[in-house]
Parts: sequence; C-alpha cells; structure tokens
Amino acid sequence: MAKELLKGNVAFAEAAIRAGCEAYYGYPITPQTEALEHMAKRMPELGRVFLQAESEVAAINMVYGAACAGVRVMSSSSSPGVSLMMEGLSYIAGSEVPVVLVDIMRGGPGLGNIAPSQGDYNQIVKGGGHGDYRVITLAPATIQELIDLTVEAFDIAEKYRCIVVVLADGSIGQMMEPAELPPMQDVRKREDRPAWSLTGAKDRDPRVVTSIYIDPVEEEVFNLKLVEKQKEIEANEVRFRSLHLEDAEIAVVAYGTAGRIAQSAIKQARDEGIKVGLLRPISLYPFPYDEIGKVADQVKRILVVEMSGGQMLDDVRLAVNGKVPVDFYGRMGGMVPLPDEVFEQIQELNEKANA
Amino acid sequence: MAKGRIVVDEELCKGCELCISVCPKNVIKMANDRFTPQGYHPAELVDPDEECTGCAICSIICPDAAITVFRMVPVEKIKSTKP
Amino acid sequence: MTDKKMAEALIFSKPESLTDVPTHYCPGCTHGVAHRLIAEAIDEMGVRENTVGIAPVGCSVFAYNYFNMDFAEAAHGRAPAMATGFKRVNPDMNVFTYQGDGDLASIGAAEILHAAGRGEMITVIFINNAIYGMTGGQMAPTTLPGQKTTSSPLGRDIETHGFPLKMCEILSQLDGSAYIVRRSLHDAANIRKAKKAVRQAFEVQRQGLGFSMVELLSNCPTNWRMTAKESLVWIGEHMVPVFPIGDFKVHPAIVESKKG
Repeated sequence: MAKELLKGNVAFAEAAIRAGCEAYYGYPITPQTEALEHMAKRMPELGRVFLQAESEVAAINMVYGAACAGVRVMSSSSSPGVSLMMEGLSYIAGSEVPVVLVDIMRGGPGLGNIAPSQGDYNQIVKGGGHGDYRVITLAPATIQELIDLTVEAFDIAEKYRCIVVVLADGSIGQMMEPAELPPMQDVRKREDRPAWSLTGAKDRDPRVVTSIYIDPVEEEVFNLKLVEKQKEIEANEVRFRSLHLEDAEIAVVAYGTAGRIAQSAIKQARDEGIKVGLLRPISLYPFPYDEIGKVADQVKRILVVEMSGGQMLDDVRLAVNGKVPVDFYGRMGGMVPLPDEVFEQIQELNEKANA
Repeated sequence: MAKGRIVVDEELCKGCELCISVCPKNVIKMANDRFTPQGYHPAELVDPDEECTGCAICSIICPDAAITVFRMVPVEKIKSTKP
Repeated sequence: MTDKKMAEALIFSKPESLTDVPTHYCPGCTHGVAHRLIAEAIDEMGVRENTVGIAPVGCSVFAYNYFNMDFAEAAHGRAPAMATGFKRVNPDMNVFTYQGDGDLASIGAAEILHAAGRGEMITVIFINNAIYGMTGGQMAPTTLPGQKTTSSPLGRDIETHGFPLKMCEILSQLDGSAYIVRRSLHDAANIRKAKKAVRQAFEVQRQGLGFSMVELLSNCPTNWRMTAKESLVWIGEHMVPVFPIGDFKVHPAIVESKKG
C-alpha cells in the first residue's frame, strides 16, 4: 500500500482497525482525542463497535467486558486517564484476557499539561495497578513504528493472553509523517472466538472469567503461572534498535521521541568525530537488559536521555550493573529536549571518557 | 395420604427456619437430633396428620432452593403443574 | 371426595440455571431467593445457554459458582460498564448484572447512571439490604436514617451522612430506562411479585426496549443482628416505607402488551 501523510493519533486508530479491532471504548483527553474521533467515525462505517464512555474508569471496564467475549478490543488515553484505568488493568491482567491500550503521555503529575512527556514509564512498565503483573510495553519513535507496533500488539496480546501497551507521547500523537497502513483485516468470526471466552454455555460447561482466587494457595499458583508467562515473554519479545554502536565509546540509551532526538544529536556528534552510538529500546517490557549489558562491556560511559526525571534510568542501571558510569539527561513537565542539548551532554561525556 | 409432601435437601438446608415460620400448617420442624454436612440442624417435614397441602410457600421463602414440593393433583393436570 | 384419578406432581424443584453447589450465604439470606428468581426466569425463557452474568464485589462475589451459565467477575461498581462492553459486541445475548447497594449506589453510581442513560440493553438486579454485608456491616448509601452500622455506630445521622439514595426513583428519570421497578423479598406474596418483575425485566431486554432494573429489598440478618425471620419483618416495617414497592418506569410497549 502507498504511503500517506498521517497524524499519529489517527494512524494508530486506523492501524488497530486494519488489525481487526472489533470494539473501541474511550474517553476524550488531550493529546490523543483524535484517536477517539477517528474511531467514532470509522467503526460504525464498518459495522463495528464504538462507544464514548462516561470516564476512563468506565472505558477500561467496557474493554474488559468485550475482552471476555474473545474479541479484539482496545482503548487509548493519556497519562491522567491511564491512571484511572489502573484498577481495570489489574483486573484484566488477573483474568488473562487480551487487551491493547495506547498511552499518549503528557506532562504531569496531576493535571499537568498537554505537552509531550515520558512520565508514565514506571506506571506502565512496572505494572501500574496493584498486584504482581507486567504489561508488554512497546515504544515507537515514528508514525510507521506506531502503526506496526499497534498491529503487532493485538497478535502479541492474544498469543500471551495479556495486556500490551503501546507507549508514545504527545508529539508522536500529534505529529504527521508519511507512513504505510497495512491492509484491512476482518473482525474475528463468532465461531473462531477463543476457547476460554464467554459465548454462552451451550452444549458445554459454563466458563467463568475472574481474577479472584480467594484461597492464597490457589492465588499463588495463579501468580506463578503469570511469572512463567513473563519468562516466555522475556525470552521471545525483546525489541530494540541500535545505531553506530560498533565502535562506540559512549552509548546513549533513549526510547520513543527521546530516542529520535538522541539520534539527531548522535549524527551531529559523529560528524565531529565523537564515537557515540544509540541503543533505542522498543520493548520497554521486556527490557533489553542483556543487550544493554553487552553495550556496557564495550563502552566507557552510558547516557540515558528521557522526557522524565529518570524512570527508564533505573532499568539501564540494572542492566549496566556498575560496569560503567551511567549519566542522565532529562526534561520534565512537557518540555521536549532539543538535539543541541543532548549533543552538549554527549560532548561533555566524551571529554570525561577520554580524560 | 396428605395432599402435599416436601423433601428437604440436607446438603443445602442451613437451618434458617424461614420455612417453619411461613408454613400455614406447621408441619415443618427442626431436626435437632442431627447435623447436615455443613453443620446445621436441618428442617424436615413432620406431618403425622397428613395436613401438608403442597402450597409450596416454604419453597418460595427458602433461600437455598433446598425444598422440593410434591402435590396430589388430578392426573390430567400433571403437565401444567410442573413449574 | 371425588373419584378423579390423582397422582403426585412435582410442584417445585431447583431450577436448572442454578448449580448444585451449596451457597456460602448466611442462613436466611435472601441472596439465595434472588438467585433462584433469576434462574427461574432464565429457565422459563429458555435462554440459559445464551446468557452471561456479571458478578459484583460483595457477598455475591462468588455468584458464578451458583449460576449454571457463563459469568464474568467485575471490579467493584463496574459491572454495568463491563456489561455494556460485552453486550455491545454480543447484542443477541442475554446479559445481566447482579449488584449490591455498595456496588451499585456507591462506588458504581456513575456506571449505573450512564448505563441507564444510554439505554443499555442489559438487565440489572439490584440487591438493596441497606448495609455492606461482606465487609462486616458498614453504612451503605441506602442505610436508613438512624440505622446503626459499624461505620455509623450511633445510627445514621442525616446531618453528617446525608440521606439514603433511592436508585429506582433516580434512574426512572432517564429516557434510556425502560423498566425500573422495586419489589421486596420479605414474604411469599412479595417474592411472587418479585419473580414476575425479574421475568419482565429480562423480557424487556429480549425485546430491545431499553435498560431494565429490578431493585429487590433484601435482608442481612447477620449484620442487622437479627434472626432470619426478624430480618424479613424488618424489611416490611422499616425499609418499605423509605423504599416504596412499585413501578417507577414502565415502557409503553410493556403496558400495551399487557392490555393485548
């Protein structure tokens, strides 16, 4: 299919539709409302389900209800709305129904602002809601990646019966770039709905979708099952991109928009002869610990760049395990760093590295 | 014989005594000589004078669907009396 | 004595839509009665195999162990939203929620309001026993003025705690509501009427007339500190005056069908 000029929010909504998403339940919140509006127009055109819920609390529970039916369903929101969804996400994780959520992060905490940020890393990557669970977290840096990861998210969510969050920020949601949308997939036929789904107890025993295991013995067994699933996910679903790392003395680790900005800074630094490379995680859970560990074996210093106070920073430190110094550069509150700022940090680190 | 008859399922009866309190003929009593598997004294039909009419009020009030009710009816009506 | 041939007929037995699992409810708790009425209605309509129930958080959190049909467990108060999400992708299925007074009128107030407002084609069975049972007897939005609970130990004080919420009265104001009625489970006559209402509510869903809810005045002998019998009397004497039994919204099509 040909490339089209697409706005991020519209791109991921349409990508979900192409992936056969059957229902969308959401609520307006800047900077992702265009997704809701696109779904409002497109879903009825295709005979699929759209509903603007009364709140994000209601929206995520509607998603939970539809997920119990074994259909492809999603929601999208931004940071304060995602906070409201945390209860629902915990329940969804505890009942192992597949769900896709897109979080277009904005400045916080609290009401914050509508500018881009990466302040939800901990909330999403570490689970967010109560209890022991993880959500697969995929972080695009371009509109094309946003499209591709949204489509993949549905497949992965169903493969593992888990939540997949596509974690982007307001600039990705709002910007426009040429990108290609995949061909249209129909929604799943009723008879193809999964064996665990609620379809009515006809000619079979009743099924129950629940997250309660009142007996701690059983609850632990369930939790261990989730742990086994996580091990499988960690073994199979790590994604990242690396650039100019072959001879690098400094490595920058950054994801999403921060990764893209770092890429510009690295290009500028390379032009000046600085041996710097980029490792851009695309899966934040499962995190590329091994890969960053290998980079730490090779380089002299690592710089983490985030649009937050340093949340992925902790995971990088874990991966580096003290081998080399890990520095941090971040902007918060919706401020987006310029490549020049990151370039200056690289310059300083280069001097320290070769002192 | 009595017009009506009830059977109390002792797996389900919790001895709440609501059936006893509503029976218009007072033919249900607590069986204090024994316990159900859940540890309750069950209710039971005690109808020496064959007074039970099968009115089924006990089964309506019973929260545990523990009471099965039978009633003598004209044979031709049997299909229509099954709930 | 007539010469007609008599035989023993089965007058009542446990509905097919209930399982054989003994319930964990307290002796005399009318949850069991409410469950049975729902099961009877579903059996009569022959829709067990096409029904999904959504269980709440409360004493009836394990309702799915007692109903012989597909079920999902909702977060506290969120059952109407879950039911909405499920029904919208399965419009031909029979979907109901079963909720207590904390679940529906406290934490779930927004969800029930909007489900009714949207006219969701679901049926809600609302168990109002004026108290929080599962957590040990705290005040509910429907607790009566003066009623003692563990979080209103001196009795519900209007000055501090405000007035009970009358959910039928509230939800019947909404255009999306098609059938909003209150019945009681405190004696056989009222239980019979409650059964008819539950059946009617499911028929309203089947006919696609809109949102249906049956509020059932229920007991909590344990937390009210009464015997089962005393608790049923208490409903009649104290709850009914505050929560009148009646029909608050009845879709014209229902009225018409009863005439014809």
